[in-house]
Amino acid sequence: MGRAALALGMLAAGLAALPAAAAAETPAAPPALTVYSYDSFVAEWGPGPAIRAGFEARCGCTVRMLGMGDGAALLARLRLEGARSPADVVIGLDTNLSAAAAATGLFAPHGVAAPLDLPVAWDDPLFLPYDWGLLAFVHDRARVTAPPASFAELAASSLSIIIEDPRSSSPGLGLLLWVKAAYGEKAGEMWQRLAPRILTVTPGWSEAYGLFLAGEADMVLSYSTSPAYHRIAEGDDTRDWARFAEGHLMQVELAARLAAAPNPDLASAFLAYLVSPEAQAVIPTTNWMYPAVMPAAGLPAGFGDPPPAARAIFLPPGEARALRDAALAEWLAALAR
Amino acid sequence: MSPAARDGAGFRIAGAGAATAVAALVLLPLAAVLVAAGGAGAGPGPGDGAAAAFTLLQALASAALSVALAVPLARALARRRFPGRAALVTLLGAPVLLPSVVAVMALLAVFGRGGALNAALAALGLGPLRVYGPQGVILAHVFFNLPLATRLILEGWLAIPAERFRLAAALGFGPAEVGRHLERPLLATVLPGAGATIFLVCLSSFAVALILGGGPRATTLELAIYQAFRFDFDLGRAALLAAGQLVLCVLALVLVGSVALPAGFGAGLDRSVARHDAGGLLLRLQDGAVILAATAFLALPLAAVVAAGLPRLGALPPAVWAAAARSAILAVAAAGLAGTLALAIAAGRARGGGRWSEAAGVLPIALSPMVLGTGLFLLVFPLADPAALALPATAAVNALLALPFALRALAPAVAAAEAAHGRLATSLGITGGARLRLLLLPRVRRPLGFALGLAAAFAAGDLGVVVLFAGGATATLPLEMFRLMGAYRMEAASGAAVLLLLLAFGLFAAFDRGGRLGTRA
Repeated sequence: MGRAALALGMLAAGLAALPAAAAAETPAAPPALTVYSYDSFVAEWGPGPAIRAGFEARCGCTVRMLGMGDGAALLARLRLEGARSPADVVIGLDTNLSAAAAATGLFAPHGVAAPLDLPVAWDDPLFLPYDWGLLAFVHDRARVTAPPASFAELAASSLSIIIEDPRSSSPGLGLLLWVKAAYGEKAGEMWQRLAPRILTVTPGWSEAYGLFLAGEADMVLSYSTSPAYHRIAEGDDTRDWARFAEGHLMQVELAARLAAAPNPDLASAFLAYLVSPEAQAVIPTTNWMYPAVMPAAGLPAGFGDPPPAARAIFLPPGEARALRDAALAEWLAALAR
Repeated sequence: MSPAARDGAGFRIAGAGAATAVAALVLLPLAAVLVAAGGAGAGPGPGDGAAAAFTLLQALASAALSVALAVPLARALARRRFPGRAALVTLLGAPVLLPSVVAVMALLAVFGRGGALNAALAALGLGPLRVYGPQGVILAHVFFNLPLATRLILEGWLAIPAERFRLAAALGFGPAEVGRHLERPLLATVLPGAGATIFLVCLSSFAVALILGGGPRATTLELAIYQAFRFDFDLGRAALLAAGQLVLCVLALVLVGSVALPAGFGAGLDRSVARHDAGGLLLRLQDGAVILAATAFLALPLAAVVAAGLPRLGALPPAVWAAAARSAILAVAAAGLAGTLALAIAAGRARGGGRWSEAAGVLPIALSPMVLGTGLFLLVFPLADPAALALPATAAVNALLALPFALRALAPAVAAAEAAHGRLATSLGITGGARLRLLLLPRVRRPLGFALGLAAAFAAGDLGVVVLFAGGATATLPLEMFRLMGAYRMEAASGAAVLLLLLAFGLFAAFDRGGRLGTRA
């Protein structure tokens, strides 16, 4: 009896405390900004945590960062959610996706006028670059002593390469467009010459790079910044990327504000912060890409300073989208033999 | 209505309810994707015929080979007693629960271009073996499914009452007669189901087929679905392809249903068998060789994963351990749900429930996980924050995906228990909960433990839909491992892979051994 009374009393006290706690919280509750990004951005070793903490320190708000797959998964998620999406900001689209993204009408102009250090002039009102990189074939210097200097040399070599599938992977699609941009009408022919060099095709970058590090192939399709990771994070200077005479496809990673963002002003402030020197300084050694705004101190040692901007091939988003389907058909025809 | 008939009705209603829920969870998401797309998308493209043909052929070859190799292995395990046998039977559960990317890395460590096998061949002056190609796809699928087939067949073997073997001994049967009168009828009941299960698993293969198949020649339907979603964002086409996959599955089930035979071994007292017919030296050598070869084939790749990752276990980031705890809870919840559904469907079926209920229980295997996850997302999103439901949704989907295996393991045992002792139980008025407790549960403990273990391990190792629902602190261990890989941290990822292997295998072994406690298996 006594115990039951005690329990009832505690329950009553607890119930009474609930609204009080809620009331105490409500006036102070800061606005919450919702940011969608890809998995490796929000991971504890990615740029997400530092950028969130940096922005929270100045905005008087809380930032909720949700990671979902990769860039293509991100866009698919936003399209599924449509105008009802709780997202304010998306980080992680790229120039291969941005034409399709713009056509959805889900995005609003970013309104950020920061000067950018990109190899190309940038005037897209919807998508704001926050870093960029060059696609490249990465190898082990000891194993590949004379790396090929072009696609033609690669095709004529006896090297084995691992690439990503363009149908499921963003670098894979990039390679497709790279070959198309460099060889145009002759891209299909180049793929037929490259086909014997391709050990296998993986669904995504992680599997390809994992197989490469396990020693399955001589080279892997990755980024010109990949060797910097091994140099800086692992103190391992044995990896390098092969410089191709045709140039290297430039992948620009993009952020944007949702047209239906619940907090449009905070979203704009966040995008401005994303390209500020403070946030940009986080990018190189967490996202392993070149920053869109070069920090005053330059790139960290190990990156190779300055970035190889002169080698960049830039495919404008509209062109990338227009070339995509024909390039995929050529690729399938050459490799499905 | 007599009490007994009423009781049977209770089981039938529970089974039909569970089967209806499962069918709804499979078909509603598919419908949701179709509705969101505004109808079916572009019809089959030029590549789809080739993808469907490749998908079917590799699944058929993988299923046939897995089952063919599993028969001698299961027979050897059924008629031999040796130290470590119980551990080996448990180990058979390991490959199927590996996430595909870990399994691929494990296989390549042995069979790859830089793998142990080619190193050994090179030392002998022999040329390298090429794993990439159709042979690689089938190798991987046999690695995954040979153990599963062996376990399913072994369950059948152990279901032959010891009394039959004693009778055979009394009649002076040799191995040939035991084969003709006991083993072949047994195989006729077990093989179609085991083969169909593996065929269906292989139908939805994607990453394994692409990587080991060596490129777009190895394009499966699941990859075409993935492409429709990701490359083209054509939901209608994705739904259409997924529906095509479901139709293939149903056709396969109908085909199997028409060839599978009911078992007719009668009842026994569940004593273990000392086999009189297996004493010959030649047979002993043959069984020993089969067991050794299978153990090496399965254990070497697993050992490679463990050797690579074990030293990294101590240095894993805290987020990985938190994710492991989350995965463990998720796995137990999914196992409980899958086990309950499977038991309800199997018991309902054994008490005269419709055949469709068992078919509904197998459906989830054939629905593209991508379509299932997206459809669930579309259903949930208008009602609740998907990120908040990431873990419950993942547990539910994993329970669904494990259900076909749980059912395959449980249904024959439940049917046998009812056939052997059902009439006695009914005449004694044992009904409802008492019948479940006294008749069914004690007699299906082994397969139930196996089914729960399999479901738990699947759920722990599945990357699946959590990605589509993902939010803040909801990362599971496989997702965290994939994030490490995606950030160049392959060494940490190899540590996470070992943790995942230990977790999944630990869960499997705990349930499986729990089911076998006190029995000799």
